[in-house]
Amino acid sequence: MRAIEILGLEKIYSAGFWRKRSKRALRPLTLAVEEGEIFGFLGPNGAGKTTTLKILMGLVFPTSGTARILGMELDNPRMKAQIGFLPEQPYFYDHLTARELLQYYGQLSGVDAKQLSGKVDAILEQVKLSNAANVQLRKFSKGMLQRVGIAQAILHDPKIVFLDEPMSGLDPMGRREVRTLIEDLKGRGKTVFFSTHILSDAEALCDRVGIIHQGELRGVGAVAKLTASVHGKVEIVWHGSTVPTGIRSMGAECRAAGETMRVIVPEENQDAVLEALRREHLRLISVVPVRTSLEDYFVAQLGAPAKSEVVSSGN
Amino acid sequence: MNSRIFHIATNTFREAVRDRVLYNLIAFAVLMSAAAVLVGQISIQIERLVVINLGLTAVSLFGIVIAIFIGIGLVSKEIDKRTLYTVLSRPVRRWEFIAGKFFGLAGTLVVNTFFMAIGVFAALAYVAHQFVSSDVSILVALYFIVLQFVIITALALFFSSFSTPIFSAIFAFWLFVIGSFAQDLRNFAAMTHSFTRWLATGAAYVVPNFSALNVIGQVAHGESVSSQLILLNTAYAVVYSVAVLSAAVLIFERRNLK
Amino acid sequence: MIRSRQVTTIASTVLICSMASAALLIRTVDRARPNATLQEMLYVSSPKLLKRLCLGYDGLLADVYWTRTVQYFGGIHSRGGGTYKLLWPLLNITTKLDPHLIPAYEFGETFLLAKPPQGAGDPQKAIDLVRYGIQNNPGDWHLYYDLAFIYYDQKNYRDAAEAFLRGSQLTDTHPFLKIMAAQMAQHGGDLQTARMMWTATYQTTHDKMIQANAAAHLSAIQVDDDVTALEHLVQEYRDRTGHFPQTFSEMVSAGAIRGIPLDPLRHPYRLESGGRVVVSNPDDLPFLDNGLPSGYIPNPVPKLSPAN
Repeated sequence: MRAIEILGLEKIYSAGFWRKRSKRALRPLTLAVEEGEIFGFLGPNGAGKTTTLKILMGLVFPTSGTARILGMELDNPRMKAQIGFLPEQPYFYDHLTARELLQYYGQLSGVDAKQLSGKVDAILEQVKLSNAANVQLRKFSKGMLQRVGIAQAILHDPKIVFLDEPMSGLDPMGRREVRTLIEDLKGRGKTVFFSTHILSDAEALCDRVGIIHQGELRGVGAVAKLTASVHGKVEIVWHGSTVPTGIRSMGAECRAAGETMRVIVPEENQDAVLEALRREHLRLISVVPVRTSLEDYFVAQLGAPAKSEVVSSGN
Repeated sequence: MNSRIFHIATNTFREAVRDRVLYNLIAFAVLMSAAAVLVGQISIQIERLVVINLGLTAVSLFGIVIAIFIGIGLVSKEIDKRTLYTVLSRPVRRWEFIAGKFFGLAGTLVVNTFFMAIGVFAALAYVAHQFVSSDVSILVALYFIVLQFVIITALALFFSSFSTPIFSAIFAFWLFVIGSFAQDLRNFAAMTHSFTRWLATGAAYVVPNFSALNVIGQVAHGESVSSQLILLNTAYAVVYSVAVLSAAVLIFERRNLK
Repeated sequence: MIRSRQVTTIASTVLICSMASAALLIRTVDRARPNATLQEMLYVSSPKLLKRLCLGYDGLLADVYWTRTVQYFGGIHSRGGGTYKLLWPLLNITTKLDPHLIPAYEFGETFLLAKPPQGAGDPQKAIDLVRYGIQNNPGDWHLYYDLAFIYYDQKNYRDAAEAFLRGSQLTDTHPFLKIMAAQMAQHGGDLQTARMMWTATYQTTHDKMIQANAAAHLSAIQVDDDVTALEHLVQEYRDRTGHFPQTFSEMVSAGAIRGIPLDPLRHPYRLESGGRVVVSNPDDLPFLDNGLPSGYIPNPVPKLSPAN
């Protein structure tokens, strides 16, 4: 059984006073997440990440398509007891203290009353908010609120944790902590589905990522595979200071460094360059693939035109 | 299921209290004290009458204002502030949320009224120096006022589930005003013909029947309230509130929480 | 830092000065519009509309209007009396909002009936008011008494007796209603009846103004009695001596009376030429028919002293 299974989820908002204009927030999305993996949902702002999450949480109803979490329907309370959710820029009941808030949420999640107190304390410890446990939430800083948010998401020991932009608003220390937490969750066998537009986080944490742009899924897969799919580059270093004619005609930029010349060319030109160097009897020093970053992949995807047509307004 | 509604209700109550809503009791206490002291000098012979009229009217108006002010934000505030997202992602059904909010606010108002009742009786004791057996009807009047609160709370919550606070406040307030004329509206409807009659009668029965729930005048004169009326009003308040809350649930269940 | 201190000083001074000026202006404005407060009381003069407007809280609004009625009356009375034009509308509103506000009926009966400057002088409205009161409070004996009083004042002794009779037949009634019913039927016009009526009013009312009014009437009745008796004695003296006495001392010396007679306010009576007995201070005794000095013009402001 897959942890999350999304089949053709689509969301079209009808906007405007007479509901004539439609806005397609989500093109039919199909996606699956396995248990125990960390899945990153990437995309620029407004891409549809939050919409997807809201549909999964049952806050928004899809125009078409279905989804299942842990094999159960989205409105199944048994399923909801096993998931946790941290919304974007969370805000909580002003007048409650951190402890009271977590107790409240624990009660709503059906945590056993006898164990609740202990669990709350443990979680507060885990997110390093023990000394602010009895402070009212309206006095919390953004970073502290984020940590409370994570706390309420994992308090009831859910199988899957959904995080919407968990790193937003955090300082580097905070982000490191959240990263550690996510890794920790995975270590405990939990599935983590989080959305972000910060690629470095995704690169570091995720087993797999999905990239969404303008409501459409542009790519899904392991980070390494995705970056490999972009035409890689190689860096070729040779001895000397001359540039073979063949290379120059490729239009690639060569740089001199001490007694060596180096050039970065697309992978497919690698053989041609090596051939050129051989013909001129230049001594090859190294051929090293340049690692494509996810960012490159990202930019490449986003630059590509949308596969499906744009819905015209005034339908 | 029940425990979740209970917890939401308790949380709503706690929020209201910490939002300092109970401070209105201070204003009320000041009002009743001033009234008790002044009444003796201004309205001889009818001190008891004035204290009861003033006290119960104040309880009613204060409570309705609170019911509307807090009620209109019950749902919309949680949506605006996104606290609702973390609640609904839990095994809490949407209708349970509505029910919990309702009981939370209704409970707050009952507690508030309880303290106010003490104030009214204290002022009465000061002014009249003794209680008479007919003062028991004051409790009935208070009970009816609480029933009014229950209905207003349901209405405010209903509007809050789909409308902005400003409009919710306006609608709820107008329904309260029209509800006080409910009797007149029904009479008026009976005098019209054909389509207007349909419309007017429909409106007259949809509007909450507050005219029957206001027995302040008769209680102030020491008249008792028939137990039949008590039963019927209770039944009406329950049924009407259930209807309104069902409507709220119907709307809320379908709402996309953008 | 100095700048902010300057600002604080200036702002505080301006604040105090402007608040003081505002308070003074309010007083000046009030003097400039003496009737305004009265008029605004009746922006809404329709009881039905008011009943709708008060959203079911008519009990409290009735109490408010009753308080205003009393203050309206007291205000005009303390300034010398008048025609009390708004008395009926105010009482009408009060009783329509709360038909069970019994004190309003008594007040209306007394001061709608009384002629200006003591009251509005509108007996028909008084009857309407009390009749409405009886309709809504059929078991309250005070209202029948009030109605009877109005008829008595209008010299309609038959209807007064009937009102007393109906009142005496209630389950919860005062015994004297029966007595008055009989008295009224037989001796409607007698001074004794008047004395009984006013004594009853004096004893049963809680309203200080109504009490003072009743006391003044009782004093007037007493003077009436005294003057009649004294003039009778004066006549006897004249028959015996052939001339009218000049002073009461004369009569005392002659053994006709025991001492200088005093009126209910403990002032001595005086003798005028022609054997008329008059009071010394007519200003202190309103409602007099007999015993007024010749040439005396009654003060438009009746002096209602506290009852005794």
